[in-house]
Formats: sequence, structure tokens, C-alpha cells
Amino acid sequence: MTAGVQGGVGLRAPGWERWLAIGLALLVLLVLLVLPLALVFAEALSRGWAGVASALADPDAQSAIRLTLLVAAITVPVNTLGGLAAAWCIARFRFPGRGLLLTIIELPLTISPVISGLVWVLLFGRNGWFGPALGRADIQIVFALPGLVLATLFVTFPFVLRAILPLMQAQGSAEEQAAITLGAPAWRVFLHVTLPNIRFALLQGVLLCNARAMGEFGAVAVVSGRIRGLTNTMPLHIEATYNDYQAQAAFAVAALLALLALVTLAARAGLEWGTRRER
Amino acid sequence: MQRFVILLAALLALAPAPLAPAWAQDTLLNVSYDPTRELYRAVNDAFAKAYQAESGRRVAIRTSHGGSGAQARAVLDGLEADVVTLAVASDIDAIAAKGLLAKNWATRLPDDSTPFTSTIVLLVRAGNPKQVKDWPDLIRPGIAVITPNPKTSGGARWNYLAALAWAMRQPGATEASGEEFLRKLFANVPVLDTGARGATNTFVQRGMGDVLIAWENEAMLAQQELGPGKFDVVYPSLSIRAEPPVAVVDSVVDKRGSRAAAEAYLRFLYTKPAQEIAARNHYRPRDTEVAARHAAEFPAIPMVGITEFGGWDKAQAAHFADGGVFDRIFAKGR
Amino acid sequence: MTLAWVGLLVVLPLAALVARPWELGMHGVVASLTQPRVLAALRLSFGMALGAAALNLVLGGLVAWVLVRTRFPGRRLADALVDLPFALPTAVSGIALTTLYAPNGWLGGLAAPFGLSIAYARPGIFIALLFVGLPYMVRAIQPVLHDLPGDVEEAASTLGATHWQIVTRVILPAIAPAAVVGFAMAFARAVGEYGSVIFIAGNMPNRTEIAPLLIVIRLEQLDYAGAAALALAMLALSFLILAALNLLQRRLRRHLA
Repeated sequence: MTAGVQGGVGLRAPGWERWLAIGLALLVLLVLLVLPLALVFAEALSRGWAGVASALADPDAQSAIRLTLLVAAITVPVNTLGGLAAAWCIARFRFPGRGLLLTIIELPLTISPVISGLVWVLLFGRNGWFGPALGRADIQIVFALPGLVLATLFVTFPFVLRAILPLMQAQGSAEEQAAITLGAPAWRVFLHVTLPNIRFALLQGVLLCNARAMGEFGAVAVVSGRIRGLTNTMPLHIEATYNDYQAQAAFAVAALLALLALVTLAARAGLEWGTRRER
Repeated sequence: MQRFVILLAALLALAPAPLAPAWAQDTLLNVSYDPTRELYRAVNDAFAKAYQAESGRRVAIRTSHGGSGAQARAVLDGLEADVVTLAVASDIDAIAAKGLLAKNWATRLPDDSTPFTSTIVLLVRAGNPKQVKDWPDLIRPGIAVITPNPKTSGGARWNYLAALAWAMRQPGATEASGEEFLRKLFANVPVLDTGARGATNTFVQRGMGDVLIAWENEAMLAQQELGPGKFDVVYPSLSIRAEPPVAVVDSVVDKRGSRAAAEAYLRFLYTKPAQEIAARNHYRPRDTEVAARHAAEFPAIPMVGITEFGGWDKAQAAHFADGGVFDRIFAKGR
Repeated sequence: MTLAWVGLLVVLPLAALVARPWELGMHGVVASLTQPRVLAALRLSFGMALGAAALNLVLGGLVAWVLVRTRFPGRRLADALVDLPFALPTAVSGIALTTLYAPNGWLGGLAAPFGLSIAYARPGIFIALLFVGLPYMVRAIQPVLHDLPGDVEEAASTLGATHWQIVTRVILPAIAPAAVVGFAMAFARAVGEYGSVIFIAGNMPNRTEIAPLLIVIRLEQLDYAGAAALALAMLALSFLILAALNLLQRRLRRHLA
């Protein structure tokens, strides 16, 4: 794949059909994507910047922001390490059940977020499998930080793996084997050979994982308990303030979250650009 | 790699620690239903002051709001509520059935453990353009009625029973005619939100529907917060006395050692200052003196009690359980 | 380590889900899944998700083609925007879409004079599902289109092929396997979508009540087994559909090779 392919040839056949296609595509993007986003910002700013500032300064909002960042800070590294290890196993080794493992890892993508929350309640709720044992040990999992983390882990589970697996499979293991033959220990091979090769794909996966971790609503709603200032994450706080007749404050927090998402997307686009240039 | 798993386990186990407040004070968690946000925000402040003055101890109260049924489920699943303040007694009964609090919880505080009451009213757009005056107007063709889903919302169950109470008081009414009235009523409902607050937002912010069936306090709050002069409250000829109950969750307070504060909190709800706060938040106070002061805001209308339907146990089983009347309404005629 | 990660985070919770419904007994599970309201919800969720994924084939394909094959000012911005539904919290998208398409919203207001309701009706659900599925489709097709040399299209055009012929004979077969993958992802995401749909759907039983909402309702009635049964049924159904799509994708790929 070279830049020339997509740069040059396609351009030489303009004509009204091309512009119609561009127009239609932009219309799709406008109606489906841009307008909802514009609305979030318009509503957030409906009482000016002071309204935004006071909405974000609210102690419950602050606690929601902190909690969301904390949850993301735990889930993203865990799923990154897990995803790396799993991708490495699947790309480099043949073992029975490899296909099954891949299917299982992808399962969370096809599961309703509501179910993703429900499963943890079924496990760790008072009436769940481990509920009585946890109750005796006085460990709170659902309706506390661990539950939020577990639900988010489940939802963002396959993102890193999906981002790096195709690349690792395509690249093959020749370089790694060469390094091993030369006597490098496995972890050094991983650090100096494998990792640099996949770093952009990995970063993309991490960014998407992070965006989803911060924005998850359905799964988190089931396990949060919605205690204000304690277990409300940003998406839950948005819903709560919206229901408090404070639409502007809700949209202000939503705008912040959308902004975080946009930064993520921009970082991703920048990375893609970087990758392309490097090739 | 194993070390990592152990680290993860340790992290998860340690995680609750930073969530606990660092300084020594009592904390209470009040798990409540949707429209009480403004009420308990005011009550909590007042109680914290009163409690400190009385006992010298600081208390911080956290609240959680959601659909009444969802909140009861969360408590059953292990949400550590010191007190529950829900929309209907059957939701607290469900918690009691699992042994988390005494079955006779309702008798432990005055007035069946309901420190204030409300009723069900109709909220219409300013000037009442569709001339909605009473329950029979809701089944007229072309009237769009907004009410939440009785399966998920406690308030919606009161709405449903208030409408049914009217239908059952009509001459020659039978169970079949009551069911038929409800069927026609719900045929006029375009949106079934999951909670009372969602329904209010749909009606008020999204401009859906001609009439909203709502708690009296919710209707008055919506009028006050979202657009004075944009809506009118219509009192139907008959409504229901809605009694949202409160209770201490025994198993939680005994484990956490918070019984004293929790009981003080609920007893505080019956005091004059709290009753005054309730009245200002449009809940009908039990205290006669406070009630007299606010009599003008709460028109006296004929109301039936939940006893009309044989108590919550029976009403819940007959109407809202799987296969009950509400399910039948939707199974038929659509 | 991989096994611990997968086992603890996915297999264990799913085991809890799979084991739960059977406390109702086989009959109970069947009875709880064959209520008309459940069937209606499943039909709605799967029908809408398949429909939205199908329309996304067209819309996503168009957007992907435009992003890869054309140059216009703001293309890079448009490219980045495609991922928005993915990054935006579902509750925010739900509230935003509802505000937009409600009868008094920016777009709903345009449709209202014609007696069309979008929010609180099936079109609203459809739009929400289109919204969440679009990035999956675009991102699935884009790389393939990117790798498909532009000169093939160019050559076909030189040989006198019409644009329509180029699209159907050259582009479509090449991107078909990727499009199937995108379709599968968009479908999988849409069928379980909760946050953005409950705000915009009317949630009326039998008409606009989606299956995930019914799971929540059952949960709130403390019917854990019933909720798990429905969850399991959804999971099994989507698994079947995804397996079929996977098979189709492999066939297409073999056909292409």
C-alpha cells in the first residue's frame, strides 16, 4: 500500500457523481453525527461559560469526573496487558481451542451492555454465587468501585486485542525468532522487537478502550448503585443532573466527556497520519 | 504474570478503602426514588445541623435516586442502604421478604411509616387547550397521555391505581369495566418512560402529550422549575392518597453500627422543621399545624387509600406482576 | 496469564449467566421466553438491528468510499468524526438524539408538520441504531478500499465501464467480505444497544420496547432467572446470526481468492 494509490488516481475522475457522493456522505455525517454533537455543545453553552464552570465545579460532578478517570486508569492498563498477552498467544502459537479463545474474547462486543452489568450482579450481588462469601468477609464489590471496574473491564475487553491482532498476524514472527536465535531473552524480544512493530496499532486500541471506558453507561448503571458523590460516574452523573431539571449542567458535563472523546479521536487521527508517513 | 493477577486482586480488594471518608463522622446512605431529589437535599442539610446540635456528632448523608423498583433491587443485591425511602410499600416489602429488615417495618414509625403523603394529579399545558378536567377525559380519542411504566416506576403504579379507583367508583362498574377503562387509557399513551422523572421530562421538555399523570409534588415542581405559567395542575374528581414509606434497613445498620443515626434521621422526618421542608417541596405534611399553614397549596379532594385495593400485596400481585392486569391490557387489543 | 484474564473477566461471568435461567426449569424458561411481549421485543430488537446494519451497508459504504477515494476540504475532520458514536457515551447520544428528533427539536420539528414522528417511535430507534453502528461499517470497509488499487477502477473506466458497472462489478465484490464483517459488528452493537435507545424509543410494550429494556424491567421485578433467560436467548440468537455472517464472509473471501 502506498500513499500514491489513494492520492493520485482516484482524483482524476471528478464529475458530478463524485460530488454527489461527497455531498451525500457529508449529509449523512452531518445529520447523524455532527448535529447531535453540536447540540450537546449548544445546550452546554446556553447559559454561557459561567454556567459551564458552575456545573463542573459542583462537588458531585467533580467526584464523578475523578471516579471516571480512576476507573479508566485501572481498566485501560489491565485490558492493555491482557490484550497484548492474548494477541501474542493467538498470533504466535498454534494450540487447540485457539479459535474458541478468540471467539470468547470477542463475545463482550456482541453482548448488550445491560447484560455486561447483570453478569457481575449475578456473581457478586448479595444473591449471587459469591454473594454470601463476600458478605461474610465484608467485601463490597457491586455498588462500589470494584463493580464499576469489573463492568468496564468486561465492556472494553476486546478493544486492544482487536487493534493489534491483525497486525501481529500479518507481520509474522520471523523477526522475533531471529532475535531469540541470537539469544535474547523472551521479555527483551517482546520489548525491543514485538512492541515497536505494533506500537501505533496498540496505541489506537488503547485510545479506543479508554474512550469506551469513560463513556460506558448501560453496564455501569446496573452495578453502580447511583450514590451521588460516591459511585456515580460521569455518564451516570449526566443522567442524574438531566433528571434534576438541570439540562444545561447535564450537557456541560456531557460536553466535557465529548471533548475528551474528541481529543481521543484527534490523537487517533494524528497517529494514523504518523503511521502512514512512517511507511 | 501471576504476580500481575495477584496485584489485580489486591487492587480490587483495596479499592473500597479510598471511597470511605477519611475523617471520623457518621455516614448514612438514603436509597430513594426518583422525584425526591430536591426534598432530601433540603432535609439532609437540616438533619445534619439538628443531629450535630443534639448529639455533637457530624453526619454526612448520601442519597441515591432511581426508579423505586430498581432501587429496591439494588438494595437486595447488596447496595448498603441504611435507610430506604421508596415510592410504594411493596418495594420495601420485597426487601423485607429477603430478611434485610423486619417484616413489621411499617409499624415502627407513625402513620404506617409514611411521614408525608402526596396524591396523583393531572398536569396539562397552559390554558388547558384540550379541556382535560377529569379521568374520563383521558380516554377521549386524540388525547395523548404521558405516564411512566408501572412495571418500573412506583409513581406510575399510583397513577394507574388512581385512574382505576375512579373507574371502579362509576355506577355499574365491574372489574371488567375497570380493566377496559385502563386499556383505553393506555391506548392513548405514546411514550412509556421507565421513571416518573423521565415522564415529566418527556412531557415538559420534549413537548410530548396533552396531559401528564404525575405525583402532585412532581407536577408542582415541574411547574415551578421549568416554566411558571406554561402548565396548569388539574385536580381530578377522585384521586388516591399516595403514601411513600420510609424504613431503616436492619441488616445494614447493625453491620455498620449506624442504627442510632439512621433512626434519628427517619424520626427527624416527622418533626416540624422537616414537615415544613416537605410542604415547601410540595409533599402533603402529616403534621396538622404545618398542614394548616400550607392548606391553600394543597386542595382537599376526595381520595381513596391503598386499602381500596386490599393493600399493596394484593394490588401488586393482581395488577403489576407478570401476567397481571397490566400485562393483559397490553396483550389485548394491540 | 491470558487464560486468567479471559477466564476471570469473561468466562466466569458468562457462566453465571448461562447457569441462572434453569432454576425456572425447562418449561419455565420456554414459558418466559414465549410471552407475546417478549417475542415482540425480540422481533423489534433483531429486526431493527438488522435493518439499521443493512442501511449502514449503504451509508457506511458511501462514507468509506468518499473518505478514501476523494479529496475535499475537511476530509480529515470528517474521517475523525466517524468514530464519534463510538467515543460518545451512549446516554449522551441518547439525550442528544432525542432532543434533536423530538417534535420540538431541530430535526423533529421539520418532520412534525407532515405528521411524522421520529422520536418515541420506531424511526427513532432506527436512527439511534444507525448512529451506533455507522463507525463499525466505515472502519471495516475503509482499509480494504484503501488497499484496492484505484487504477482498477480507473482501468475499468478507460475500458468504457459505466460508473454503475464499476461499483457493482469492481468495488462491491472486493469489499464484500469486509462489508459482511462490518455488518456483523454494526448488528452486534445495535442489537444490544441500551443507553442511546431508551431515551428515544417510546418504550411501549409490543411496539417500541426493545429486548434489553425488557431485561432491565425483569431485573427490577426481581425476576433474575427471567432476565438471565432473555439475556441468554439474545446472546444465542446473535451468536447464530454472527456465526452465519462469519461463514458468509469466509465463502466470499474464498470466492475472491
